[in-house]
Amino acid sequence: MTAMAHTLTDSWTMTRRELAHWGRQPVAVVVNLVFPVMLLLMFGYLVGGGRGVTGEYLAFLVPGMLALTMAFGLEGTMIAVTRDLDKGVIDRFRSMPMANGAVLVGRSVADMLQSALGLGVLLAVAAALGWRTEGGPAGFLGAVGLLLLFRFAMLWIGIHLALVAGKPELVQAVQILVWPVGFLSNAFATPDSMPGWLGTAVQWNPLSHTATAVRDLFGAPGGQPDHVGAAVLWPLALLAVFLPLAVRRFTRLGR
Amino acid sequence: MSDAAITVEEARKTYGGSGGKNGRPALDGLDLTVARGTVHGVLGPNGAGKSTLVKILATLLHPDAGRVEVAGHDVVREAYAVRLRIGLLGQHAALDEELGGLQNLEMFGRLHHLGARRARARAEELLERFALSGTGPKAVKQYSGGMRRRLDLAASLITEPEVLFLDEPTTGLDPRGRAEVWDSVRSLVGGGTTVLLTTQYLEEADQLADRISVVDAGRVIADGTADELKAAIGGDRIDVVLRDAGQLGAAVALLPVPEDAVTVDADRRLLSAPVTDRMAALAGVVRALEEAGVEAEDIALRGPTLDEVFLHLTGDERVKEAA
Repeated sequence: MTAMAHTLTDSWTMTRRELAHWGRQPVAVVVNLVFPVMLLLMFGYLVGGGRGVTGEYLAFLVPGMLALTMAFGLEGTMIAVTRDLDKGVIDRFRSMPMANGAVLVGRSVADMLQSALGLGVLLAVAAALGWRTEGGPAGFLGAVGLLLLFRFAMLWIGIHLALVAGKPELVQAVQILVWPVGFLSNAFATPDSMPGWLGTAVQWNPLSHTATAVRDLFGAPGGQPDHVGAAVLWPLALLAVFLPLAVRRFTRLGR
Repeated sequence: MSDAAITVEEARKTYGGSGGKNGRPALDGLDLTVARGTVHGVLGPNGAGKSTLVKILATLLHPDAGRVEVAGHDVVREAYAVRLRIGLLGQHAALDEELGGLQNLEMFGRLHHLGARRARARAEELLERFALSGTGPKAVKQYSGGMRRRLDLAASLITEPEVLFLDEPTTGLDPRGRAEVWDSVRSLVGGGTTVLLTTQYLEEADQLADRISVVDAGRVIADGTADELKAAIGGDRIDVVLRDAGQLGAAVALLPVPEDAVTVDADRRLLSAPVTDRMAALAGVVRALEEAGVEAEDIALRGPTLDEVFLHLTGDERVKEAA
């Protein structure tokens, strides 16, 4: 078998491993899927209640929640990677004649599947609440594509940070930072409603670009077409930095 | 092809690169040769460099310097070729704790590119062989220590490796678990596998290994069969237990060896000294003690223990804590 074929079969074996974990812990999977739904309901009805959840704010909130869910996926990736590193199983993988990148590819395929599933659940709940896309099928697919691209960038940042941190205990420190960075965005409110410096920080947040571009593609309020470019370029730039760093870090575990 | 399954020449490793945090090298110019089809014991206290050596041999860690070959291939430049030929039982279970035994072995079989059907068949065969067939879908994290170790060993044998590394395979096991692992290792050797086994249990090296390398502070400080190592510190010994600890000082002078060759254990009122001619020494000591009026509770001749070999070689007390 060629090296390429090995890479494919080994990556598939590693993906199957992750899927087997889902089968082992269905409750954890469900909790992961339900958590963003809970946030959506909480912000929609409790926080946004005053603004009227029907119509305008829901249309604004749904793209923000989708983007935020993609950002929070970083935590799940980090936890999974550090857990593997902490257990001896990674040593067995590394001492076996398997394809180099398979461990990381398996991780990313499984995480992307989980995130796609999460998007689907969140969209279904939003639809049940009365949310509809106004952007047509092409806009809808484009928006989903941008969200998954953003998640893919978060995924590799997560892998890199996990490889740098090494221990599950250190992940907590990063988790604490993910929240403010996630909330320092336009997921829930437009930057105009914030004090100047905060609005500027929020506008720079890659999450805000993705949320704004998704709003535009969904034909929702707060959408601006000129953010689609940034919503493509930011994740690509992050990937260009963190993907090679993570791969390098992984292959150099032995030094 | 050479007769050596493992060749290590002048291997050096300092964690965090040379001049790393604590500066003390884990391997400090270690040399080792292991002949094909033999069991080689690497014996040493905690921190001697045993695990570092195994990690380098198993391609998990790069040496800073030196030449390291396993099954005729360089562990750095030909890591893939080495990985095709080795099995590893590390100090901590290298298993997916969330999955069951069959799931683990099947996964490792697939990663060895056996193909789905052969991976499954091999997994079932190994579960049978290590008496784990009854475990069903139970997750490995619910296994007992001995079961986990057996599954770990099974996982390292998926492809019948040429060279098998066992890093402290029985640490943390109860006597029954230890006996199970020992039996497995013995049956492996019959199949022609070369085994490198690290241990801090002197009895374990004595029981399993054809040859033993004693390691301390990242170097091999002695090498040989268990008998050779014992002979190196003077063959048989005579132990004398006195009734009165106050007479220990006087009794030392009565033994037929220079005073600095006698070890004194005041708590047990015990003197121990190497002897050459067993019977003459025994008769001489009995007579000398009697003439001097020193009363002995017990006098015995025996071969040296590996503990003594180790103490003799390293010249420090750590081994007492480890044993």
